[in-house]
Amino acid sequence: MDFFVQVLIDGLMNGAIYGLVAAGLSLIWGVMDVINFAHGEFLMVAMYTCYWIGMLVGLDPLFSWVLTGAFLFFLSAGSYKFIVRRSIGKAAMAPLLATFGLSIFLKNFCLNRFTPNFRLLSGTSLEGKVTHIFGAIVSQPKLVTAIFSLVMLCVLHYMIKKTRIGRAIQATAMDREAAELMGVDTERIFTLVFGIGGMCVGIAGGFMTSYLAVFPEVGALFSLIAFVVVALGGFGSIPGALCAALLIGLVESFAGFYIAPVMKYVAVFALYLAVVLVRPKGLFGW
Amino acid sequence: MNDKNGSFMKSKRRLIDNILWIGLIAVLAALIFIPGAIGKSTHTHVLVLVLLYASMAQSWNILGGYCGQISFGHSVFFGLGAYGAGMAMVTYGSMPWLGILAGAIIAAVTSVLLGWPCFKLRGHYFAIATFAIVEIFGRVFLIWDWIGGALGLDYPIIKDSWSYFLWSSNKTGYYTGALVLFVFIFGVVRYIESRKLGYYMRAVKEGQETAESLGVNSTKVKLTAMALSAFLAALCGAFFAQYNYRVDPPMVMSLDMSMKFVLITILGGMGTFWGPFLGAAVLIPLQEYTRTSLAFLGPGVDQMVYGLLIIFMMVRQPKGIMGFLAEFGILGRNEKKEATGDDAS
Repeated sequence: MDFFVQVLIDGLMNGAIYGLVAAGLSLIWGVMDVINFAHGEFLMVAMYTCYWIGMLVGLDPLFSWVLTGAFLFFLSAGSYKFIVRRSIGKAAMAPLLATFGLSIFLKNFCLNRFTPNFRLLSGTSLEGKVTHIFGAIVSQPKLVTAIFSLVMLCVLHYMIKKTRIGRAIQATAMDREAAELMGVDTERIFTLVFGIGGMCVGIAGGFMTSYLAVFPEVGALFSLIAFVVVALGGFGSIPGALCAALLIGLVESFAGFYIAPVMKYVAVFALYLAVVLVRPKGLFGW
Repeated sequence: MNDKNGSFMKSKRRLIDNILWIGLIAVLAALIFIPGAIGKSTHTHVLVLVLLYASMAQSWNILGGYCGQISFGHSVFFGLGAYGAGMAMVTYGSMPWLGILAGAIIAAVTSVLLGWPCFKLRGHYFAIATFAIVEIFGRVFLIWDWIGGALGLDYPIIKDSWSYFLWSSNKTGYYTGALVLFVFIFGVVRYIESRKLGYYMRAVKEGQETAESLGVNSTKVKLTAMALSAFLAALCGAFFAQYNYRVDPPMVMSLDMSMKFVLITILGGMGTFWGPFLGAAVLIPLQEYTRTSLAFLGPGVDQMVYGLLIIFMMVRQPKGIMGFLAEFGILGRNEKKEATGDDAS
């Protein structure tokens, strides 16, 4: 029973974090119908940024997430301006492959500069602290990351549904030309959406540095999971992404514990295939 | 009048293509007989890789380029072929030929079984489903002890011979083998290009609904293209295993390997006969060159160049080298239309 609660809580925490990582991707996909293949590498860049801020300035990830979020906002918006925008509409999958090129570049740039070694930020304020919840042992840095991910997702959802700029984003997603006729500067919206997508992953990466080691390949798995979460949740839907992410997190941790650790991602991807074959547009898509 | 002119241009183009094609084979074949041209040198290694990757890209091009179904899952079929050869050599200690054939047939059957449900998905959903398939296969192969698990299969060192398709002292045999593979796969594509299947595939790519309304069974065409594509990719995988003397899951069944199929084709020009060859002929030597000449800058620099090249290509000319050739007017008017897909003229 203890194990069950432990596995359940682990799954939910992972799920919430996947939710924030995937939210940015989902937004970009929903509004522009572009898959940002460099999403996982943005996460890696965010983690390195946070790591170096921690090492050089001594700022705790609990605070430096603001900086990584801002940095990734500009990195992501810039990569839209200079790369994605120029490849949209030219050929099928051109933006996807262009961002794949960016991901290779970023990964190997970090490999070249920072070596392939695993780096774990030590001396953070929550390091090694645990909380007991119903007999389960929960690491505090991870718990804080998960809770903050949920908060961020709520903020993002509120922003898209209620604010003026959020409505402009929705309008652009529904019908670009009609939105332009209504006076929405869709080019700016696209840049903004890319920036927000990068910011989400930047914030997630900033927090994750407090419990996860950084290395150049760290983003690869997260980006695959994020793709699956987005496709499962239906594009552009933040609540859909969160539900799908929680489901993926639970399947991952239960399959990892009750079947075999190596089977956890097999189970995740098999679940995705099974769902998408019955509902080709995902669980919450239309 | 115009139409007649067009068909004349087309047959002329075909003639030029045929001459180029036969000339290319003749040059590549002649290298075997020139003493010193092929042997132990790294140039031979680069030539073998160019021929291998061109063949891989061409096998992908059948489904992705001609039929318009962009799959990121071809490393699965590549891996099945590699494991077919590896199992025959290592586990059964026999000649690899039966294993290669078995691997290719298994790959074709698997591709149909996977393609059947996946072809219901469109666009990005299809792409992500194929990513997921690669991950599943890669991880299952990693823990499957019968086929060597994570350690993979290490080839025994045996005497060089054609019957085992292994050479350790020089690369002439591999070069000949790669050339045969190259001619075979490009020959198959050359053959179907002007046959019914080739036209059906292009019709499905242009518009599935339109093609169906004209009586093309799009599912059947897509599955045929998939099976053929997987069969040929598996043959390349078998060659890859024989060439590297070993096979393990991350080496063959990874997303990076899948992307190689896609990127070389796109770099050269998707849906064109010459594209895969041009892509491999530019990319492979460039990569081998940058890896050695930029090594002083530290690890990963060649991959950074590769990444920048992809970005540049997608931003500047997503139709690849064939698109550039058309842009600079090296191809004629008709070809320009074909290569750039521009219907405005």
